[in-house]
Amino acid sequence: MSEFDEMDEIVSEFLVESHENLDQLDRDLVELERNPASRDLLGSIFRTIHTIKGTSGFLAFSRLEAVTHVGENLLARLRDGKMTMTPGTTDVLLAMVDRVRDLLAAIERDGTEGDVDVSSVVARITDVLEGRAEAPAAVADPEPEPEPEPALAATPVAQPAPVRETALPAGDEDAGRRNVAESSIRVDVDLLDSLMRQVGELVLTRNQIVRQASSQHDVELARAAQRLNLIATELQEGVMKTRMQPIDHLWAKLPRVVRDLGAACGKQVELAMVGRETELDRSLLESVKDPLTHLVRNAVDHGLESAAERVAAGKPAAGLLTLRAYHEGGQVVVEVCDDGAGIDPERIAAKAVDRGLRTQAQVAQMATADILQLIFTAGFSTAAAVTNVSGRGVGMDVVKTNIESIGGTIEIESVLGRGTTCRLRIPLTLAIVPALIVESAGDTYAIGQVNLLELVALDADRAATAVEDVNGAPVYRLRGSLLPLVHLAQVLGVESDRSDGHVLIAVLQAEGKRFGLVIDRVLSTEDIVVKPLGARLKALGTYSGATLLGDGRVALILDVQALARKALNAETLERGNEGPDDVRAAAEHVRLLVAGIGGGRRIAIALSSVTRLENIPRAAVEVVGTREVVQYRGDILPLLRLDRHLGVASYDPGADEENLVVIIYTAGSRSLAIVVDEIVDIVDEETEIQHDIADRGLLGSVLVRDRVVEVLDVRDAVLAADPHFYAGTDLSEATPVGAWSGTGSAFDALVKEAV
Amino acid sequence: MSTRFVTFTLDGRLYGVRVESVQEVLRGLPRTRIPLAPATMAGLINLRGQVLSALDLREQLGLPPRNAEVDQMLVVIRVAGESIALLVDSIGAVVDVEDDQFESPPDTLTDPSRDLLLGAYKLQGRLLLALDVDRAVAA
Repeated sequence: MSEFDEMDEIVSEFLVESHENLDQLDRDLVELERNPASRDLLGSIFRTIHTIKGTSGFLAFSRLEAVTHVGENLLARLRDGKMTMTPGTTDVLLAMVDRVRDLLAAIERDGTEGDVDVSSVVARITDVLEGRAEAPAAVADPEPEPEPEPALAATPVAQPAPVRETALPAGDEDAGRRNVAESSIRVDVDLLDSLMRQVGELVLTRNQIVRQASSQHDVELARAAQRLNLIATELQEGVMKTRMQPIDHLWAKLPRVVRDLGAACGKQVELAMVGRETELDRSLLESVKDPLTHLVRNAVDHGLESAAERVAAGKPAAGLLTLRAYHEGGQVVVEVCDDGAGIDPERIAAKAVDRGLRTQAQVAQMATADILQLIFTAGFSTAAAVTNVSGRGVGMDVVKTNIESIGGTIEIESVLGRGTTCRLRIPLTLAIVPALIVESAGDTYAIGQVNLLELVALDADRAATAVEDVNGAPVYRLRGSLLPLVHLAQVLGVESDRSDGHVLIAVLQAEGKRFGLVIDRVLSTEDIVVKPLGARLKALGTYSGATLLGDGRVALILDVQALARKALNAETLERGNEGPDDVRAAAEHVRLLVAGIGGGRRIAIALSSVTRLENIPRAAVEVVGTREVVQYRGDILPLLRLDRHLGVASYDPGADEENLVVIIYTAGSRSLAIVVDEIVDIVDEETEIQHDIADRGLLGSVLVRDRVVEVLDVRDAVLAADPHFYAGTDLSEATPVGAWSGTGSAFDALVKEAV
Repeated sequence: MSTRFVTFTLDGRLYGVRVESVQEVLRGLPRTRIPLAPATMAGLINLRGQVLSALDLREQLGLPPRNAEVDQMLVVIRVAGESIALLVDSIGAVVDVEDDQFESPPDTLTDPSRDLLLGAYKLQGRLLLALDVDRAVAA
């Protein structure tokens, strides 16, 4: 965005604000005439004029400044009681307001003060101020408008500013450009919130109607329901949008912060901002403000080097600080990058050991990236000296806590000598969060995905041996380290209804600590709309809100932080980052095909196992013996319905659709058609497979865009459909894990075809 | 001065709340129980997309628990900007009462429910017990 546009925006805001203020001013002045002694009114008028004066000076509208300046002087004397209000004074003040209005109109038209003359008004106010030509003149002249009209202003009166030679745009351009004050209005946030609630109600009602309409065979009704559906959806989006504000509202203050800070630290800093139009919910904007400012201060104070050091390192003298914002995967990403010295992991490691946060042995085994994240640990500050700017103990851990409290995450990357990037990931809105829906003792609860690391399912046999206890406290050995277990039912004081010995553990992370929450069942993952709870329920410290499920029931959202505090003695908590992480599955670069299989569940299949994506007509499915097959390119392919294979056959939303979505899987000369509900996405990222879900047919789980996705054990699935599938193929020895190492190159074409 | 009350029954007694504080009256809705909450919290209900807590007035007033088969009614009231649903047995008429019909609770009423009652209005052959909504909700 160019500097001009930026200026333009400030001017627009100034205009809107000033127009509003002037309307108020008119009312105040008239009121003042009736009630000349009112200090409150005078004070209010004074402030309004003072504001306009201040901004016009800043924006270099010199005539506007001149006229408001004398006006302000007059008002100050009136306010302080040094002068009393007379009709004459009111007249000149109103004349001043009119002139201000003219100037604003000119500015709105072409961005300049045009040829509006202010000298006569200035002169009249000065006269009043100096006690000359006082009230009598004004009273004698009920129409005190002797000053030249704008049209006459060409006559050379002593102008405080030179008349700009701007060819005035023709009138039709005026019509084309809507009056700034008319094209935007201020709306009370409470009103927006209540609109939001009502739209929520509308959406629920819409759902009922659409459901009803689809069960009746009335075409007209179905059509009307369809339209209602569309309109309600658009309305919802529109209302959501009204709550969104560009991040620029936050950033606008930063250039000043950076400039002052740079000057204080003796550094030259250039600030670049990319994506300032990126929008997020206004409530979030407020919560991000402090952490972001802190990061920017940090970058200038610690990140960038002094000019001399930079030149010595062969970099330009001025450091570059880049702020970048963009949307990604339903989140807003905000980056603060500097091209400074970078962070030395060895210094961080040494510091961590020094502070007793980690042992020497621990840091020796940590990956560089993990060492960097240590700066978010409480009690860590790398500033060698406590400076005026940062390093006052309010460290990065506070930034992290703040960001996490709004459901966001923070990570840091750094290359020594090249610079540091802090990346915040913030949910688009606080109102809608992805959650895991679980069941305990027959009740349904939601757990924010942001707290969820992975799920571990143990069948009765494994549970009997895998869950151990430390003097009565249950623990589970998760990749070699003990994970304290908390039974949700016990914490809530209810009776679990799971008696078959299966144990389902949601591994949660809160306040940098990990623990396993034992639940009865996992129902689904979905985006939930967070509804606030009354003060009394909040005080229980167990629930962070409530949400409505698809069937209209209410489910409580568990406050994972509070649960952790409540259920766990601080000493028994496992520190999240503690211990060597080498037991974790190494991050692998894999391409995953993510598919929905109904019931809100998503599974991932290594793209390397996939040859084609097809839609086949439902009618093409034939039955041979007990197996379903389809004819495909002259072959007979066994059909595998994943929802049945993985046990989510309870409902089939796609049942009335004509086509089946199938994934064609080929090994050697044999192929198989895998039926899924929908193809969701193909992701290509550093993905860590957690090999701990011991559920049938699954290899483990993986986080894709912060959602838990189950990884299909393709081999197991294939064998379920056709026990002889691998017989005679050279892949018979292939392990399912081996499928991960396949490259995706052959599938680029496939993906394009699929899209 | 006359005051208008929305009346309802609990265990055969007639109670009332001022009509201004009542948002709406509706038939019982499915409730989600809230573990760890006090017994007077009868759960959460979904009122057209809004989540409200339901207060079991019988529990609150120390009355015997209701017969499970009885279809309950909800009186939704607004207190301090928050909507809350009161669980009652049945809804009565809206009645106008005069100030001179009012009397404070008798001195012999000493159990905790005394705090929740403003007093009684003497109706024809019946007493209308006026509920102190603020206290009932806060307790």
